[in-house]
Amino acid sequence: MKEILLIALPLIFAAAAFAWPNERTRSWLLPVACGLHTLLTMWLLINPPALAAIAWFGFDPLARAVLPMVSLLFLVCSIYGVSYLQIRSERKNRIFVTALLVMLGLLSLALQAQNLGLLWVAAEATTLVTVPLLHFNGTARAFEASWKYLLVGGTGIALSLLGSFCLGYASLHSGGSGDLTFTALVAQGSSLTRPWLITAWVLLLAGYGTKMGLAPMHTWKPDAYGEAPGMVGALLAGGTTTMAFVAILRVKQVVDAAGDGAMTERTLLAFGLFSMLVAALFLLSTRDFKRMLAYSSVEHMGILAVGAALGGAGILAALFHVWTNGLTKGALFLSAGNIRRAAGAQTEDKVAGMAWRSPASARIFVVGILAVTACPPFGVFFSELKIILATFQTNNPFVAVVFLGCLLFAFFGLTRLVFAIVDGRPRAAARATGKQLREKPGVIIPPLLFLALSLWLGLATPSLLRDTWTAAAKFLFPTP
Amino acid sequence: MSSALNLLIGLAMGLSLIALASSRLPSVIRAAAFQGMILGILPLLLEERFHWLVIAVATGTVTVKGFIIPNLLLRALRAANIDREMEPLLGFVPSLLLGAAAIIGAAALGNELPLRPEHAKTLLVPGAFATVVCGFILLMTRAKAISQVCGYLILENGIYLFGLLLINSTPLLVEAGILLDLTVAIFVIGIIVDRIQREFDTLDTRKQTFLRE
Repeated sequence: MKEILLIALPLIFAAAAFAWPNERTRSWLLPVACGLHTLLTMWLLINPPALAAIAWFGFDPLARAVLPMVSLLFLVCSIYGVSYLQIRSERKNRIFVTALLVMLGLLSLALQAQNLGLLWVAAEATTLVTVPLLHFNGTARAFEASWKYLLVGGTGIALSLLGSFCLGYASLHSGGSGDLTFTALVAQGSSLTRPWLITAWVLLLAGYGTKMGLAPMHTWKPDAYGEAPGMVGALLAGGTTTMAFVAILRVKQVVDAAGDGAMTERTLLAFGLFSMLVAALFLLSTRDFKRMLAYSSVEHMGILAVGAALGGAGILAALFHVWTNGLTKGALFLSAGNIRRAAGAQTEDKVAGMAWRSPASARIFVVGILAVTACPPFGVFFSELKIILATFQTNNPFVAVVFLGCLLFAFFGLTRLVFAIVDGRPRAAARATGKQLREKPGVIIPPLLFLALSLWLGLATPSLLRDTWTAAAKFLFPTP
Repeated sequence: MSSALNLLIGLAMGLSLIALASSRLPSVIRAAAFQGMILGILPLLLEERFHWLVIAVATGTVTVKGFIIPNLLLRALRAANIDREMEPLLGFVPSLLLGAAAIIGAAALGNELPLRPEHAKTLLVPGAFATVVCGFILLMTRAKAISQVCGYLILENGIYLFGLLLINSTPLLVEAGILLDLTVAIFVIGIIVDRIQREFDTLDTRKQTFLRE
């Protein structure tokens, strides 16, 4: 019952937001809805409900391992959203607030979906509802970014539907009854018709990989993250990509059960390392600090794919990384949004000396970059360390070498650009626009909260969460 | 029964080639619409007994794919006063050759993949893969936003064709969700086309070059 409420609650609030008459007070619906959602998720995290056998959706171990993170991400972003929408009061916010809440409802549905078809419908609907969020700024560049997002994302989602059909046919051909719940597909195991299964895996990995932003299907990401408001970037980088990752994990579970685990691991490893490499190379040359965050996200999606390819220990580490990456990225996107507003531009040619113009945001940004490039004691360090340990456990020292090399280059690229922006003398353009922008507590506290969460995950990972991740890894990768 | 089915699927594959070869936007839109209508009729041929749900799905598909979406696209074409030439990034003859290669490849792939006895004699699988690839070619090699939408439509048509393999087994909810999503996707794309038009005064995606690395 509560798991339905998790989906219905944001949707009800979305309807309320759409009907709400007042532009100024509408944004307060965001923290109220997200707060209730987080409370409900935490309750479910502590008291996991029993799973119905043939349910279309449910709070299963995997949903339990990631949904609380998405809920927390939305909560902190929604607090930021109230101040953000006050600053941007010149833009109408009816569609923006509604779309954000619908997105939360759909993500809750997609992460809990136990049925291949339902998962796809939720993923497709999430893609569509993100479009108005991306062109909130209403500029020509924002339209261009939304167009590319829709075209690339739409094609990706179409491929994943074709893949879902192939998986359905694999089940039907081997005598299945057309039941597309993951439990039923896993139960069919090695009887699934192999050629169809492989076709399905290729198409689903390409399709959901596009949504996740694995290279070379990542081309929508820099445009979308560069042009969207900071908080939308945070929700895309921590929410939508998590949904796509969970989708890949669920499909992988089916293909593994059919005895093709070696193939899924090899392909995921290849995509993961390639994404990390591409991201590291682009990070070395990009001049735009919001697009930089997109490449950093591509890199971390690569890390997740590598983790997922490394057996039970790797999946556990990847789920840990979903948390640390999502929450640390939150701090980065929100503070980058503040810097972007104060500077009036987002390339290193036009922005410098932000340590003077927006001191608090610049400090958060620098600390956030150090956190995301795996400096201890932040969470990302520990989750990446676990992935490296998993490479040695599974006897893949070569992977560890490439992995560490890419991390090093990414570190060079990120710090180069960040210090170019933070240090130096403020540019004339920023001096002109900078006066009227004070750093309100409403836009400073949320990124600080994210940093605190990242630190807390690193220093004192709660044993409850650790058990949840272990349970999910066991659920996905039952070691014989 | 299966010969009528194969005839219609062959016709749909031919329409993908016509779309690849057309030099004018309205004829591409009409080819995609006609293809959608043919696909809408197919469930009636596949199902022996006339269940009301099958009739509802068929009517819905024909209406949406054959009338509503093409009308929206033609309206966008008129409203935005777009030049009707296609402006291919890849010439028509190379596109056609690629399309023909796709059909041959799909037929070869269809022979490799194991099928259930009731699907073995049909062109469903080769038809679906060929249509998906033709849609993909159109999507990638045409410069105008509306022709990219047509490519996306043909790609979706191919996926729908594949979905017919499962029409007896998957719950109808999934089918309905697909149709709904398709409509909404085109709606949203249409709105964006409209906005791009106002912002750029062109629907040529080659001119959208602010964002590149």
